[in-house]
Amino acid sequence: MISSAIFGIENNGVLAITALITGVALVGLALWIAKLISPRSFNPQKGEAYECGIPTRGESMSQFKVGYYLFAILFLMFDVETVFLFPWAVRMRELGVNGLLSIAVFFGILVLGLVYAWRKGALEWK
Amino acid sequence: MQDLSVITEWIHSFLSSLMPGWLTTTVECLLIGVGLLLVYALLALFYIYYERKLCAAFQCRLGPNRVGPMGLLQSFADMFKMLIKEIIHLNHIDRFLFALAPYLVILASMLAFAVLPWGNGLQVIDFNIGIFFLLAVSSIGVLGILLAGWSSNNKFTLIGSLRSGAQMVSYELSIGLSVITIVCLAGTMSVGGIVEQQADLWFIFKGHVPAVIAFIIYMIAGTAETNRGPFDLPEAESELTAGYHTEYSGIHFGFFYLAEYLNLFIVSGVASLLFFGGWMPLHIPGWEPFNVIMNYIPSVVWFIGKAIALSFIIIWFKWTFPRLRIDQLLALEWKYLLPINLVNLVLMVLIIIFGWHF
Repeated sequence: MISSAIFGIENNGVLAITALITGVALVGLALWIAKLISPRSFNPQKGEAYECGIPTRGESMSQFKVGYYLFAILFLMFDVETVFLFPWAVRMRELGVNGLLSIAVFFGILVLGLVYAWRKGALEWK
Repeated sequence: MQDLSVITEWIHSFLSSLMPGWLTTTVECLLIGVGLLLVYALLALFYIYYERKLCAAFQCRLGPNRVGPMGLLQSFADMFKMLIKEIIHLNHIDRFLFALAPYLVILASMLAFAVLPWGNGLQVIDFNIGIFFLLAVSSIGVLGILLAGWSSNNKFTLIGSLRSGAQMVSYELSIGLSVITIVCLAGTMSVGGIVEQQADLWFIFKGHVPAVIAFIIYMIAGTAETNRGPFDLPEAESELTAGYHTEYSGIHFGFFYLAEYLNLFIVSGVASLLFFGGWMPLHIPGWEPFNVIMNYIPSVVWFIGKAIALSFIIIWFKWTFPRLRIDQLLALEWKYLLPINLVNLVLMVLIIIFGWHF
């Protein structure tokens, strides 16, 4: 067995929080340094949205194409199902034939879902 | 093989001889944090230089060659320039979400960064569900990109972020499924365990056909996940100015830039972990003298070398294929990669049941 607990810290949560704080610290520090050394100037034109120099017309936080939602919903379905595949993949050899049969049924439903979405035309970008 | 945990254990025993237990842990966490920060920043700077030099080579140019020897200090100069640029305060943005987005993007890459197997005994977080954790945290990045596009209150950023969201979310399925294919073969989700399983032979050789298919799918999906190469339509500069980070200026933009290069490293690092043994040297069963020679190369060199070599392939994609349209992009994932991946998973399961793998 390869020992990989760094510094013998057994609690992985502590390490994950350390990485999290490091990420926040990186952004915070860089922003703080930038605030200290970067120039400031004010101009009413500067605060406008950058749309190639033309004044913005209409609302930008508006409705958008429904196709994006459709793919997000499809993703949600498949991703949740792949999450359920993971525990089986780890214990595949121990679970044997029983595990294989039950996951085959589950997998069949997953494929059926894909076929249904495909036949319904949910995968077309219109 | 050199075990680098000797060094960390020496530091641990030195520190614990000086101070009480809780203080030792705090100091060690601080050391880990500083180490992560340094490696993160240096790798990002190296990757910016690496990509620029490679682009130049692909286009028969010289690339950066003025700042420092062979232009080596160019990316330091770039970062410093970004730091001294003004951060513009915009009028019509959602201020809270606008400020939050870079944090999420950097956090996602930093957490994924900490899970990578850097060397023998040199891995920061080793969960028993390591690879699952990696998938989970790397999808936080999508949130950051969507928030950046939405809060900027600009039509270009909104379109760019939605495209990016649809793309990253779709290709995450392919990444997840090719990871499952390898998890089936390894029988463990822990990153250390996966590396250990490849001590006799790397998984790409062990799992032959399905592993090779999974590797190809992983590389395509990984390229899409980092918004690069032929899949760079979220920031297609000829249509959307700069995509989701159009409204960011100065170092605010720099965070997205940094995270993009780090994600390139993470994707190739994970590919090297899953298919090329992480830090494990190339071992061939039966060739003992060869294996012994390979063990002399340090494990850190193995890992970073593999990751950089795989990143070369991803950068190569960018200069070989033309950009896809969004419908082609989604059709590639949902109509080709996903069914192939499902069949590939079944193939891998059959191969494991009948014991046809090496």
